[in-house]
Amino acid sequence: MRFAVIQFPGSNCDVDLLHAIRDGVGEEAEYVPHTAESLDGFDGVLLPGGFSYGDYLRSGAISRFSNVMSEVTRFAEEGKPVFGTCNGFQILVEAGLLPGALQRNENLHFICKTVELEVVNNRTKFTSEYDKQELLTIPVAHGEGNYYCDEETLSELKANDQIVFTYASDNPNGSVENIAGIINKQGNVLGMMPHPERAVEDLLGSSDGLRFFESMVKNFIKETAEV
Amino acid sequence: MYNVKVYVTYKESILDPQGEAVRGAVHRMGFDEIEDIRIGKYFEIKVSDTADRSVEEVIETICDKLLANVVMESYRYEIERVKETV
Repeated sequence: MRFAVIQFPGSNCDVDLLHAIRDGVGEEAEYVPHTAESLDGFDGVLLPGGFSYGDYLRSGAISRFSNVMSEVTRFAEEGKPVFGTCNGFQILVEAGLLPGALQRNENLHFICKTVELEVVNNRTKFTSEYDKQELLTIPVAHGEGNYYCDEETLSELKANDQIVFTYASDNPNGSVENIAGIINKQGNVLGMMPHPERAVEDLLGSSDGLRFFESMVKNFIKETAEV
Repeated sequence: MYNVKVYVTYKESILDPQGEAVRGAVHRMGFDEIEDIRIGKYFEIKVSDTADRSVEEVIETICDKLLANVVMESYRYEIERVKETV
């Protein structure tokens, strides 16, 4: 499986994502600049964390209009897997590929720590290697991760099983219903504030993030074999 | 030529933690009569005349898509017609 790691001006978790794919799951990954106009030849797209465009205006608001994002939208509409972590999640909601918005953390602090996540939905192509309700140890590092959506969107998220990860023990940012990660209705675009790519080897404190990328790869291989 | 002022603020239903923090500081200054402070963004935009679309249409599209995130923010704008300076 060949992954595109998109680099926006100000991305800073791009190296971690490339490492997670190449050295964690042993698949192919290449950097793709924000100016790129094609994603031909890629099977999955990864939007990294960081501070694209300095978080000017709102996190993700300007990146959403970069050249590559129209291609990412097309890629997503074709049903191919797109994953955004942290700033990548912010870009996905700004682009309208995921519902809701990410507000400033309730306590105004930039939070950088390891949290406990609960796998709420393991029937996705990103989480099939986890058990339902399994608890994961994954780091977060963000100032604007307070997930917000209106009541109507929330009941839709629940009805369609789109809430994939929640903060299990304590909610670090004030997000609605402890939401840490959601998926779109079609099941191919996932965004989350925590960083699974920073938890792919025990040396870093946890390898719980590894199975996230393994799930993507296994499901891709399974789907390709079916065609 | 038009001068446009755009104001973007959080919707009433959205908590504004920065505004809350500023209100706390104002209370510590001794101004207890300050009941609420909400922080927003202000834009000054110059728009040239175009025949094919109205300035309102242009500003609203830009606000909806970029300047405000309408999930959590609302906006208002003022348009002032000004003479071209040569």
